[in-house]
Amino acid sequence: MALNMIVCVKQVPDPEAPASAFKVDEAAKRVIPAGGVAQVVSQFDGIAVEAALRIKDALGDGKITIISMGPASARDAIKHGLAMGADEGVLLCDDAFENGDSYTTALALAKAIEKIGEYDLVLFGRQATDWDAGTTGSGVAEMLGIPSVTLAKSVTVKDGKIAVERVLLEGYDTIEAPLPAAVTISNELGEPRYPKLQQIMQAARKQVTTWTAADLGLDASQVGRQAVRLNLERLFQPVSEVECEVIEGETPEETAQKLAQRLREEKIL
Amino acid sequence: MANGIMVVAETSGGSVAPITTEVLGAARRVADQMGQPVQAALLGSGVEGLAKDLIAHGADQVYVVDDPLLEKYSNDGYTAAMQKVVAQADPAAVLGGQTDVGRDLIPRLAFRLGSTAAMDCLNVMAQDGKVMVERPCYGGNARAIHSFNTSPVLATIRSKAQDPLPRDDSRQGQVTKVDAGLDASAIRDKIVAHEEVAEEGIRLEDAEVIVAGGRGIGSAEGFAILEELAKVLGGAVGATRAACDNGWRPVSEQIGLTGKIVGPTLYFAVGISGASQHMAGCSGAKTIVAINKDPEAIVFKSSRFGIVDDYKKVMPALLEACKKLKA
Ligand SMILES: Cc1cc2nc3c(=O)[nH]c(=O)nc-3n(C[C@H](O)[C@H](O)[C@H](O)COP(=O)(O)OP(=O)(O)OC[C@H]3O[C@@H](n4cnc5c(N)ncnc54)[C@H](O)[C@@H]3O)c2cc1C
Repeated sequence: MALNMIVCVKQVPDPEAPASAFKVDEAAKRVIPAGGVAQVVSQFDGIAVEAALRIKDALGDGKITIISMGPASARDAIKHGLAMGADEGVLLCDDAFENGDSYTTALALAKAIEKIGEYDLVLFGRQATDWDAGTTGSGVAEMLGIPSVTLAKSVTVKDGKIAVERVLLEGYDTIEAPLPAAVTISNELGEPRYPKLQQIMQAARKQVTTWTAADLGLDASQVGRQAVRLNLERLFQPVSEVECEVIEGETPEETAQKLAQRLREEKIL
Repeated sequence: MANGIMVVAETSGGSVAPITTEVLGAARRVADQMGQPVQAALLGSGVEGLAKDLIAHGADQVYVVDDPLLEKYSNDGYTAAMQKVVAQADPAAVLGGQTDVGRDLIPRLAFRLGSTAAMDCLNVMAQDGKVMVERPCYGGNARAIHSFNTSPVLATIRSKAQDPLPRDDSRQGQVTKVDAGLDASAIRDKIVAHEEVAEEGIRLEDAEVIVAGGRGIGSAEGFAILEELAKVLGGAVGATRAACDNGWRPVSEQIGLTGKIVGPTLYFAVGISGASQHMAGCSGAKTIVAINKDPEAIVFKSSRFGIVDDYKKVMPALLEACKKLKA
């Protein structure tokens, strides 16, 4: 069975950049883009591409389409997925999409998926590593009217059904659902494969289609700032109020002794 | 007019889950400020008896959907049942815990109601007659405060972020049964197997002392000294994602944004750089002690005490010192 898979990816500032590079413009309620911080595929989304590739490998067949909503640079995030082994890409790019929330994002993605038409499995990262919202996958599933399973550490497809191992706080569940379905992928799935140079060159030739809001039958009042459910009242950096007391000694024994003593004095131990 | 702060209740081992008592505490505080009632939604099979416990923990009104189809969690079943409850109660806000159930159910419910949800919130507050929520974002580097343009507000609350109310069995409340009219054929996602990863010893979430190690530990064997210290102090061992990804520790020990959220009295961060995604899981600790050979490590910024040295030198000495203290 040739399975049609769609993976939704987002481009984000590298979340593992040093914390010192992270600055917020409180007046503008936005993060100040730091020079030198790369734009990368949101970690869990890269793992979602990996999940799709593993399913394709296991079935020996299938088509993987990467969709990303974002600025023109988000094409790089799609190209990365194509270099990993996905087949086609769709970029949703329009000023009208700007300053949306996960509701407007899910709406645009759902419309794009409906426009693609043929889909059996839609995959997402468990949360985007900028806003950490963790809602878009459920939203797209709801708008498409298909079942959703979140936080997967493995997904297998058999007999028109998916079996998902879902990560719990203690252990995991195995969940079955009929296709078409949506699944969000967690890091427990494993590391995404790294594209080889040859694949990167091949990806350059793979097709990336660009759609605007109008192409999806949406206008600016339905997506972007005007349509948000969630208002951003304030964005700020939390300040830590602790003053670190550095314990020093001539020998490790003395240092350790002093620490133990301080913890005792403070009634912590 | 929407009225009431609704809590989606969860049970654990036949009683009200601790997280639910925390969310009820938060709901009570906001509801009192707004002059609104606290409602609880209790979903499951054979759960009706717990309604009185929800009242004792702060609910004024409990909506019970008791249905065999809700015995196990399913996204389809629980979303449909919650949709019914929300339609009947018309709350101004629906709050759940950031739990296995909450993180799956609340977003789906939100979109069914034509909205979205704010996940993993640290705080809920009433401001100018509106419910607002505060949540971490950018891996814990930033905080956002949100209001909603649509009603109801939908959010989940992080565990240990809010205090429960003391249980009060004299509290009075109303119990309303709701027939969700569930249809078995409409429940598409089904749990077919469940595996519990049993933690040895003390659960991380319950531990008063946690000795956590990171990439700086260098190997699985390196954790032996952390285990010994944890044992002497009656605590548990935790790890960073780097340590878990390396296979040195089981993922069940991972602390952080994508791991466990802990709140011990004392947290040792050993060979841990202090990345925001890790600190997101332990910022609830009362005292953090960092042991790191790099004096510039960012972890010292959130630590009360610090030792700048190789853990291999410090930890054996610290183990001895703690043994003496405990003797
Ligand atoms: C979306 C996302 C989610 C994430 N979720 C989590 C999460 O839930 N939990 C988590 O932990 N991380 C998480 N991370 C990863 C996180 O960003 C960091 O990469 C990770 O926490 C780093 O782990 P570490 O401190 O062990 O390693 P490093 O950052 O490599 O730090 C190692 C430290 O050890 C010190 N060291 C080395 N040798 C010694 C020695 N001999 N003695 C003393 N000190 C020594 C070094 O000076 C250094 O400070 C997430 C990342 C992303 C992007």
